[in-house]
Amino acid sequence: MKHALSVLVNNKPGVLLRVVGMISRRSFNIDSLSVGVTQPPEYSRITIFFKGEAYIVDQMIKQIGKIPDVTAVQLHNPKDAVYRGMTLVKVRTDDDNRLDVLKIAELFRAHAVDVQTTTLIFEITGQDEKVEAFTRLLAPYGILEIIRTGQIAMERGEKTINNYAEKKEFYGKSVI
Amino acid sequence: MRGSEAVVKCLKAHDVDTIFGYPGGMILPLFEALRKEKDINFVLTTHEQSAAHAADGYARASGKPGVCIATSGPGATNLVTGIATAFMDSVPMVVITGQVPSTLLGRDSFQETDIFGITMPITKYSFKLDRAEDLLPAVQEAFEIASSGREGPVLIDIPKDFFYADVKYKEKKVEKKIDKRPDADFLIYAAEAIDKIMQAERPIVIAGGGVILGQAQEELISFAEKYDLPVVSTLMGIGVFPNNHPLYMGFAGLHGRKAANNAVAEADLIIAAGSRFGDRQTGNLDKYVHNKSFIHIDIDPAEIDKNVHSSIGLAGNMKTILQLLMQRTPVNNVKTWWTMLKNWQKKYMYNYDGSYDVPNVMHYISQTINKKNADFAVVTDVGQHQMWAAQHIKRYKPRTWFTSGGLGTMGFGLPASIGVQLYYKNKRRVVHIAGDGSIKMTGSEYYTMAALNLPIISVIINNESLGMIRQLQKVFYGEKYFSSEFAYKMDYAKYAKSFGITAYNVYSMDDFIEVFSNAIEQNKPQVIIVNISKGFVEPMTRTDSGINTFVDF
Repeated sequence: MKHALSVLVNNKPGVLLRVVGMISRRSFNIDSLSVGVTQPPEYSRITIFFKGEAYIVDQMIKQIGKIPDVTAVQLHNPKDAVYRGMTLVKVRTDDDNRLDVLKIAELFRAHAVDVQTTTLIFEITGQDEKVEAFTRLLAPYGILEIIRTGQIAMERGEKTINNYAEKKEFYGKSVI
Repeated sequence: MRGSEAVVKCLKAHDVDTIFGYPGGMILPLFEALRKEKDINFVLTTHEQSAAHAADGYARASGKPGVCIATSGPGATNLVTGIATAFMDSVPMVVITGQVPSTLLGRDSFQETDIFGITMPITKYSFKLDRAEDLLPAVQEAFEIASSGREGPVLIDIPKDFFYADVKYKEKKVEKKIDKRPDADFLIYAAEAIDKIMQAERPIVIAGGGVILGQAQEELISFAEKYDLPVVSTLMGIGVFPNNHPLYMGFAGLHGRKAANNAVAEADLIIAAGSRFGDRQTGNLDKYVHNKSFIHIDIDPAEIDKNVHSSIGLAGNMKTILQLLMQRTPVNNVKTWWTMLKNWQKKYMYNYDGSYDVPNVMHYISQTINKKNADFAVVTDVGQHQMWAAQHIKRYKPRTWFTSGGLGTMGFGLPASIGVQLYYKNKRRVVHIAGDGSIKMTGSEYYTMAALNLPIISVIINNESLGMIRQLQKVFYGEKYFSSEFAYKMDYAKYAKSFGITAYNVYSMDDFIEVFSNAIEQNKPQVIIVNISKGFVEPMTRTDSGINTFVDF
């Protein structure tokens, strides 16, 4: 199963390496990673997408939470969160099929960000499934290049990652 | 104030009275500041690895962060084994390395290495400094991080020019962070845990090194006594439960006592206090957890469910949690269980017949150093001798048994002995036990031991082999011995004597008794070489089977 983890960290050199190093040291694999500074700029937010069973999820949260530079760790529930990532697709076109390609793009709400006589570059945001459907439809025209950013995740409603800052500590658990 | 002076002042403010290290170009400004500081004793070792082990030993004995310093490049990389050793055993340590000036960083300058990157996976935290004004806060924070929560080593890499920079010294009193736990939720789990303990028919307590770090010896004893619980210890937990206590079953694990291992294997409830269920403790995990439930107490929440899935995990202060678990009147009945345990104890009692083998040598050491009014600490290296010592030397107090548990670092013993002896000064003497393999690794520290005239008794068990490797080759490689037997004989007594240390070669039990009792009488550095035949450490469990399946030799 795919999981999304948001991690709020101090915006300092080496912190990303610390988080990622911890994950690789434990032999867990990352599917996608994105990092960016937050408002306020003293913090950065890391979004990690990974696959794994309950054990890996539990260890990811606890081991990342242990790092002194980490302020909050939030595991997203897919139902209560918005996931987004951006993809750039470069597709081969000519005068005959350019309009067809643009029509497909319109259906997917992808924007053409570069137009040349033989190529088009589209920008598309959204979840993986949508991007995959889009590229599948473009494939027959000849895709030259695809580049994806890491996905980001945000919880719906009033709660923010700061609500998870206090929850970093683990107290105990009930009898199973 | 100069950066270097501010660092020294800060170290002093943190109660640091001893520093271990080795000089070099990039750390020299700090040495110049240390030269002027009369309250801090600087100990020069013969190698940086030993400086780290010595600081580690000092920390294990004192409970305060040990401090070691080295220069950039090779100085820093030589520390790595020592830092990793401390990390695996949760030892608080502050490591300061010099670095090339900030203007030369990143240019592959002379003696430049990214020690920050190298040590990141083996430190609790590491500091890479970008600005001179971050220097002092980093040193202050390093002590806080090293000694709070689950303790561990912290490294600060300081570019040379920051030692010369003008730094404002601001005294910062380190306040130990108050643990908010236990809270209301926690009490529910504690109550559930007590229920489980009372319902158990065959409960057992595993005492790990975390009980020593959490200074919870008294609480652990009262807890076990209250519910009449048998106690085994891990390798790191030796000493926390008095070895002559009627509830004590011995040390359990790969080379644990048979009675102790049987008790763990047959238990229906394991209450692990400050133990991380390392693989040397559990053997095959599936077999280990079979038909059992677990209550896991640890200061580090990440340890709960890491290796063993527990029914109840209690993360927090060891003292507080054990106190919480003692709040009710016991109603459990473990009488039948105790009959079984007593039978094992009797059946597997070791027969010390005084013959000239290592168990008998260890037993003699144990009897001698545990006499009334005697106060000794035992520091071991890593190998067969270490396991024999763990099995046969009795310990009654925490911080009187020091060994490299997690990393299993050969060469740890002698430099760590120096750190331990320097802390205990005249209060407690160190008996260091090494093998002929491990003493070759850091034996040059006899120089430091002699130079400081430390009254350490260093016992080398010389079986002219890498005994533990030989043992593994016997069990797993069909007795095909390779690289584990030394054909070339070395005279360890002459080696020790070359440092100016009195040394004795021993060839019989009578010899040993005479030489060892004589060594106790004299308050000076001494080396005893026990020349002995090759043997195997028994019991030994197979790592791929249950911990009560023993290898036949």
